[in-house]
Amino acid sequence: MTDQVNSGRRRLLTTVTTSVGLAGAAALTVPLVASMKPSARALAAGAPVEVEIDDLAPGQMKVVEWRGKPVWILRRTEEMLAEMASITGHLSDPDSQVTEQQPAYAQNEHRSIRPDVLVVLGVCTHLGCAPSKAFDKGRASGLGDDWVGGFFCPCHGSTFDLSGRVYKNVPAPTNLVVPPHSYVSDNRIIIGVDEKEATA
Amino acid sequence: MKSMMKRLLLLLCMLWAPAGLAAGGGNEHLDSAYIDLADKGSLRRGAHTFVNYCLSCHEASFMRYERMARDLEIDSNTLKQSMMFAADKPGELMTVNMSDQDAKPWFGVVPPDLSLTARSRGPDWIYTYLRGFYRDGSTPTGWNNTLYPNVAMPHVLYEWQGMRKASYETSADGAKVLAGFEQLRPGTMNAQEYDSAIRNLTNFMVYLAEPAKLVRYRIGFWVMVFMLVFVGLSYLLKKEYWRDVH
Amino acid sequence: MSLMNWIDDRFPLTKVWQEHMAQYYAPKNFNIWYYFGSLALVVLVLQIVTGILLTMHYKPDADLAFASVEYIMRDVPAGWFIRYLHGVGSSMFFLMVYLHMFRAMLYGSHRNPRELIWLLGIVIYVALMAEAFFGYLLPWGNMSYWGAQVIVSLFGAIPWIGEPLAEWIRGDFVISDATLNRFFAFHVILLPLLLALLVYLHIVALHKVGSNNPDGIEIKKNKDKDGIPVDGIPFHPYYTVKDTFGVAVFMTVFLGIVFFVPELDGWFLEKDNFAPADILQTPPEIVPLWYLTPYYSILRAVTFEWLPGGAKLWGVIAMGAAIVMFFFLPWLDRAKVRSIRYRGWMYKTMLMLFAVDFVMLGYLGTVNPGHVNLVWFKNVTWAQIGLVIYFAFFLLMPIYTKLDRTKPEPDRVR
Repeated sequence: MTDQVNSGRRRLLTTVTTSVGLAGAAALTVPLVASMKPSARALAAGAPVEVEIDDLAPGQMKVVEWRGKPVWILRRTEEMLAEMASITGHLSDPDSQVTEQQPAYAQNEHRSIRPDVLVVLGVCTHLGCAPSKAFDKGRASGLGDDWVGGFFCPCHGSTFDLSGRVYKNVPAPTNLVVPPHSYVSDNRIIIGVDEKEATA
Repeated sequence: MKSMMKRLLLLLCMLWAPAGLAAGGGNEHLDSAYIDLADKGSLRRGAHTFVNYCLSCHEASFMRYERMARDLEIDSNTLKQSMMFAADKPGELMTVNMSDQDAKPWFGVVPPDLSLTARSRGPDWIYTYLRGFYRDGSTPTGWNNTLYPNVAMPHVLYEWQGMRKASYETSADGAKVLAGFEQLRPGTMNAQEYDSAIRNLTNFMVYLAEPAKLVRYRIGFWVMVFMLVFVGLSYLLKKEYWRDVH
Repeated sequence: MSLMNWIDDRFPLTKVWQEHMAQYYAPKNFNIWYYFGSLALVVLVLQIVTGILLTMHYKPDADLAFASVEYIMRDVPAGWFIRYLHGVGSSMFFLMVYLHMFRAMLYGSHRNPRELIWLLGIVIYVALMAEAFFGYLLPWGNMSYWGAQVIVSLFGAIPWIGEPLAEWIRGDFVISDATLNRFFAFHVILLPLLLALLVYLHIVALHKVGSNNPDGIEIKKNKDKDGIPVDGIPFHPYYTVKDTFGVAVFMTVFLGIVFFVPELDGWFLEKDNFAPADILQTPPEIVPLWYLTPYYSILRAVTFEWLPGGAKLWGVIAMGAAIVMFFFLPWLDRAKVRSIRYRGWMYKTMLMLFAVDFVMLGYLGTVNPGHVNLVWFKNVTWAQIGLVIYFAFFLLMPIYTKLDRTKPEPDRVR
């Protein structure tokens, strides 16, 4: 064996070859990992859903399925909107500061594009249970005398108001998610397409 | 030892050489379709022919309209208005609203799914088959085919090609040989235009059989570039270390 | 490093690394033939990884299987890449294994004291054939279906128990959903576990006795004062960098096939398998993939009706015997030397003849036995000649290796 080992060259080649090799291995894992993402079939099944809302009277709610999840569409009354303004002190995030929970166009007082029509995913932000309607007010609701109506999750008792905003001191950490949606016409909502995409 | 290596490699080469024979199958003469997947215009024209004429009876049940539109650069209005006749949403598969139970009495057979025909039969077969129809009063449909005798499918594109009669000759060894065609009634296309339309259709069916083919070569090129760099580097590294040994 | 100490107190990590890598002394004269073992291991790992991902999307159900493969090819992100890796990978696995086996026969790596390594290797080879056979049914193409039908029917040739046995394997009277489901279980659970275990044992046995080399002499006979073989070099870093280069070249070829010619003109993916299984229509030629065709050729070469019990039975026996022959190789070889470098002309000739014969039988297994694809004779006649050469290579080995005039082995590797 020779003693004149050029250790600088050897170290450089080792580093470069190892790095390039690891980069190649990493590149190989990209398609392997990507194969577990939703397939074209899942995406097609989760394609945008159009919903008519002209049959929805104030105070009524309808549920449609989008990407396998329930989407609530609730037309709120003037009274509901007014009462919600009075309870903001009890809410964890009344101004929808957590931006991931709604698109920018729904980050407002009513968490909606049109003040009366709420579009929200009926999936509890705690552990994914399905909350139920709790529109009765006061004692009848079983949720206390000052309950003004909202949603109640039976799994772990999280409560939300009629804009899907979470109350303080419940297990759910954030407001309910407002999915991307937009208006095709005055009485037709498309769920799954953002407002700006639809107008573009 | 080196020469033995060479001999062995030669043997391996022998393995590949007759591959065409193994894959070819029958002895019938096939015309070359000259497939070119880079020709998006040809693919789009083929796609229009396919959805208008083939997709009424045959399915392409592994293909989605949306994927086709994206790959072939077809805009969504064209797709919805002039290509999607049996589907509501672009994400749907190219299926037909006809059950197999209905199809059987109508055609005698269930029209096969065409998603993979270009891979199972080969593009040249499709190209030759679709150009091989002629009038024949002895069959139930009134049509026959030079490549696929007594086929159940009628000549769907006869308006384009017109009506032809095939004349057969008996060769010296007693076999029936196709001598040529005689045009009985002209179609809306001349022979050249018809061949070109069928070539576009065949081209599209090659894409249909393996949509990944459009990206495979492109990605493959860069993978090869990367791998050659890595081969070079690992060779230098190996040489560097092995200076100790030699 | 304290973490290493913590582990070493509880698991012999450093010890294993030293014994099997940094202080495992391998002969310094390995040539190109010594790449294929590590490459086979690389393919095994790739097959397991891609196999797991395919299992996530594949449906082992006769009504859904074919469509689920096309779903992988089209709808699953990068699914086509994974499927081609797996499909081309199976062929590359066999290519590597065949070259690896041929290496052993060139340099006598199967000879005393490495018989057990060889035996484990042949068991791996047989398990790999089973793995490939079960896997080939899964796409539920027409060739998958009829290939399985033909091979399972071979068991029917066994007297008395044949037909009940074939039905037991299929779980039905023909290849059906039940067969597909159990082949899936064998392909994704039983045989991969078995292969992983066998490969581990193969390497344990190798590291017990140490590697052979192209000169076929023991490097352990010449040790320096520290007990290190003078012709040995530590596996790490010398053979790790060398094998890295080998892997780089191999992956270039492998990925080249995957991206540019995944079907390899019908050799790796057959046309007929792009049509779904059809119980009413057989493909024009039913042939297994290339890595099994030498044996298929031997099976079809036995056409002698005068044999007691009939040609079919003897064809199956010949095919089985052709594989079993490999197990006896270490004891059939009586030469004084291991490596072909010091053997006489007889073994050299026979080994070359055998290699050509194996490739020829492989080719003949893909073509119609009644046609003439080579010169002079029909394919079946050539296959019969091939069969005789195949068995002569093994059965006459004790004679010609004993008669062969060998050259003296050197003391040190060259």
